[in-house]
Amino acid sequence: MPGTDLFQEAERQLGVCNACRYCEGYCAVFPAMELRQAFTRGDITYLANLCHDCRACYYACMYAPPHEFGVNIPQVLSEVRRDGYRRYGWPPAFARALHSVRTTWAVGAAAVVVVLGLAALLAGPGRLLGAHLGPGAFYQVVAYWAIVLPGVAALCYWLGVWTAGGLWFWREIGAGRPDAPTLRAVGGAAWEALTLRWLRGGGPGCPYPEERASHVRGALHALVFYGFLAALASTTLAAIYQDLLDRLPPYPLTSAPVVLGTLGGLAIIVGTAGMVVAKARSNRVPAAGEALGMDYAFVITLGLASLTGMLTLALRATHAMGLTLVIHLGIVAALFVTAPYGKFVHLVYRFLALVRNQIERGAEG
Amino acid sequence: MSVVPDGPDPRDSEASYDVIVVGGGNAALSAALSARRTARRVLILERAPRHMRGGNSRHTRNVRCAHDPGDPYLTAEYGEDEFLDDLRKVGGGQVDAELARFAIRESKILPAWMTEHGAGWQRALRGTLSLGRTNRFFLGGGKALVNAYYETCRRLGVEVRYESSVEDIRITGRRAEAVVVRCGGSHTLVRGNAVVVAAGGFEANLDWLKRYWGDAADNFAVRGTPYNDGTMLAALLDKGAMQVGDPKGFHAIAVDARAPKYDGGIATRLDSIPFGIVVNRAGARFSDEGEDLWPKRYATWGARVAAQPGQIAYSIVDAKAIGCFLPPLYQPFQAESIAALAALVQIDAGALGRTVGEYNRATVGNTAFRADVLDGLETRGLRPAKSNWARPLDRPPFYALPLRPGITFTYMGVGVDETARVVDRHGQPFVNLYAAGEIMSGNILANGYLAGFGMTIGGVFGRLAGREAATHAGH
Repeated sequence: MPGTDLFQEAERQLGVCNACRYCEGYCAVFPAMELRQAFTRGDITYLANLCHDCRACYYACMYAPPHEFGVNIPQVLSEVRRDGYRRYGWPPAFARALHSVRTTWAVGAAAVVVVLGLAALLAGPGRLLGAHLGPGAFYQVVAYWAIVLPGVAALCYWLGVWTAGGLWFWREIGAGRPDAPTLRAVGGAAWEALTLRWLRGGGPGCPYPEERASHVRGALHALVFYGFLAALASTTLAAIYQDLLDRLPPYPLTSAPVVLGTLGGLAIIVGTAGMVVAKARSNRVPAAGEALGMDYAFVITLGLASLTGMLTLALRATHAMGLTLVIHLGIVAALFVTAPYGKFVHLVYRFLALVRNQIERGAEG
Repeated sequence: MSVVPDGPDPRDSEASYDVIVVGGGNAALSAALSARRTARRVLILERAPRHMRGGNSRHTRNVRCAHDPGDPYLTAEYGEDEFLDDLRKVGGGQVDAELARFAIRESKILPAWMTEHGAGWQRALRGTLSLGRTNRFFLGGGKALVNAYYETCRRLGVEVRYESSVEDIRITGRRAEAVVVRCGGSHTLVRGNAVVVAAGGFEANLDWLKRYWGDAADNFAVRGTPYNDGTMLAALLDKGAMQVGDPKGFHAIAVDARAPKYDGGIATRLDSIPFGIVVNRAGARFSDEGEDLWPKRYATWGARVAAQPGQIAYSIVDAKAIGCFLPPLYQPFQAESIAALAALVQIDAGALGRTVGEYNRATVGNTAFRADVLDGLETRGLRPAKSNWARPLDRPPFYALPLRPGITFTYMGVGVDETARVVDRHGQPFVNLYAAGEIMSGNILANGYLAGFGMTIGGVFGRLAGREAATHAGH
């Protein structure tokens, strides 16, 4: 008896869950569901983003397909999440376009091509394929301003879209009159996010990629996330070195930016590669096809950004540095233009859902 | 009910096993895992396909166990004597004290064994069913437990065959020689040194139920697996096993009349009964809706509805009751007046109006109502009385929730001795034939119901049967 509309279908399935409640030990979604007798769009969006897709509930469910109740919570909530990336994205035309996996790949590829083309045009083959050493070597390939200005502009745009989306999301899940987040709620949510509390399947780990419970997914996610933080720290430090301390890159292998960047880069490469392998092996039944495609787009782009960054480091004394650097910048550009609307944004909505959950649980005592 | 397969004799399979376990639920898995400790070749024959494996265990949620204080998953101590008292209360006089004491004693160490074999647990609940002290809850419910056990079977090298239905058992003298397995269209004879039968009851066999209930059985919903048709129970009785338990005895609750015929499980139950009145299709009340706290009474409503014409009844509540009970799976019928509600559910409006009017006049008002305790709000001079939560039905909209009997399990089974061996009509055991779980639970509790005790019996007697079968197979 599947409903025609996505939210109707989610509501129907949650209705079965709310009459059953066997899964309440797995994660925060089911206890939050139990506080409600009926589900608004905002409630469903909230529960969907509270869901970490650990899939324990799917395997435990006696109503999972082919049962006539057809309960498949990880799948339907995954669809609702992706729908939110479109609805809360701004401007709507971009969000709609990048709702599709194919367009996301196309836009990402276009960004790489544009950056390559511009670099070839501005730098010329001589500088692109020559060897450059010493302070400021990278900027002999691509001018400093040509990296920083578009980079800062894209970053502002990206963060702007995330902020606007986050505010819309927060209003909707709070039924138009959201509670103000307390410090305690934000702290609690941060702890749950940093420790991936809800990717443990209630303790034994999540049944991913297949039925057996394991902590593989949590570990891979931690590698990518903490790797990303290390890379972010590396970039920030490098900016401080360069702009405040007047030390131009490349930096020595033992310097803090290079060590952090290398650790972060390796962690992201291992983590994203592991995710891709696990995803390819994962059970498709509790997954939503398009959402899975968006996962791939984000994970692969992030992995390639790290891989090319590490290659730039490894090849920085050779003729290959210029081209590698430009490809790296192209992929980073692809990441920037797709990030506001793709899977990357889950970080915002999931965190806000965790904050909301902390407030609810606090109110409950 | 004879189940000897038609056509040519079953093909003899080359493989022979130390222990063959017939069934695929909690008791069967406990038996197989326990047997595997010492027996090399252990086979599980599960008649359901993989996604339906686990019998009724896949719909369960917890196991009742005695325990000392300090169990992190339970709120407080639950001693062996209290457990036995609870059992005696629900079972009337018909409790086999020796087997019951054994089950209760063994229940103390059962959780540790279950954990060792993959079971996960959920911390004590806020108490929807008030079982936080006596019952340990499986993380994710019974299907998650069953999944974990099958995974452990795989790891330990217990062979599992799905869609393999045991249709008959070959017995020579007092010894089980082989089982006849139907898989697809063909029958195979599988030999074993010992056989454990843990194949459940016959609650999904409507023809069999009709022998005791007549055509009323057509209106029962079977809450659990459609695979429990009693084939093995019939086979064992046919081979001379002792019959225990009341053939007519079953456990049934009130489920939504729109529930699926089979496999609706927990989600189709209704908890609205104490907060309104229940009428039959003639619009008349027939039972005290407020006798006791709902967790202590819900299990009696299946039989009460089964005794009504057409095996249907309606729980009628008003707007005040919404929020007092768990949200139902199906939308209740809803109307602004009792007459309009009667029309929706095709009850005579005059009759329902009179029933509601008489009930409302017998109530003392809306004050002092407490949903979570026996609030003493009883009717005055009404027959049958409503002993608690009797508030008038006076605030629209009014709701009707249609009820049918939802059968959970049957009590009739085969007799066993203290080592879980099946005994014949004279009480003499078959030497290598064991039974565990629902098919023998009538030895301990011939009627009555104690939440989570079926899983206790399955776990304790499954382990016992598996251990004994493996020991026998080793000689």
